[in-house]
Amino acid sequence: MRPFDYIEMRVPAKPQYVGVARLAISGLASRIGFSYDDIEDLKIASSEAVTNAVQHAYKDEEDGEVVIGCALYGDKIEIMVADHGKSFDFEETKSKVGPYHEQEEISFMREGGLGLYLIETLMDEVKVHHQEGVTVFMTKHVKREQVEEDVETVSS
Amino acid sequence: MNIQVELHEDNKNLTGVVRGEIDAHTAPVLRERLEAHQDQEGLNAVIDLSGVNYMDSTGLGVFVAFFKALNAKEGHVKLTGLSARLKRLFDITGLGDIMDIESAEKGGN
Repeated sequence: MRPFDYIEMRVPAKPQYVGVARLAISGLASRIGFSYDDIEDLKIASSEAVTNAVQHAYKDEEDGEVVIGCALYGDKIEIMVADHGKSFDFEETKSKVGPYHEQEEISFMREGGLGLYLIETLMDEVKVHHQEGVTVFMTKHVKREQVEEDVETVSS
Repeated sequence: MNIQVELHEDNKNLTGVVRGEIDAHTAPVLRERLEAHQDQEGLNAVIDLSGVNYMDSTGLGVFVAFFKALNAKEGHVKLTGLSARLKRLFDITGLGDIMDIESAEKGGN
């Protein structure tokens, strides 16, 4: 059994579906105990990634699709957003994505403006992969400092 | 996933209220509504964002464009009623230092 639950969404590369993806990811994140602020961060980061993908996919073909894969672990969420409409092998794609290099991503960032900057700021880890389009891979960990399990040990 | 934009221009004063979510889908609506006013010389715009419950870089882009357009015509833009979330978005992008923004929270820090 793999150590995570995997959820994949495929949406038309149209701006009206950015919000749908955002709300779905928000729901998934709340399942594993992210704080309100972290969920809001995830909503922005995932919207930025999906918005970029929608704009990329649009450029190439009119009826493009965006694929959003979410891996839910006990203590983190991994989100992949691809601007090509192919379903991906999550583990295989994850193994291929490299670290984000500012120089290489300038053209990617130009369209999104502040988008990639926000993704980097709001997520714990970000990787970008170019092959058959652009795939953004991002991770956010659940911060446990303020949850109840810790309260007992601190207060005793 | 909707947006409401109310704008009233009266003698070089533009007052506005934006409600809802500003993202890739709704930002073009907001952009178009603001662009209709931005050629006015010396326009003083105050836009209330207290009803905005979601915004990302697409919304920032719209306000930056409006800010630049009004500045070029000796005008001014003030954004008011920012939630802590929205304030943070302006701050982490550095726009909070450049633009005139006001949080919803009164007093305190």
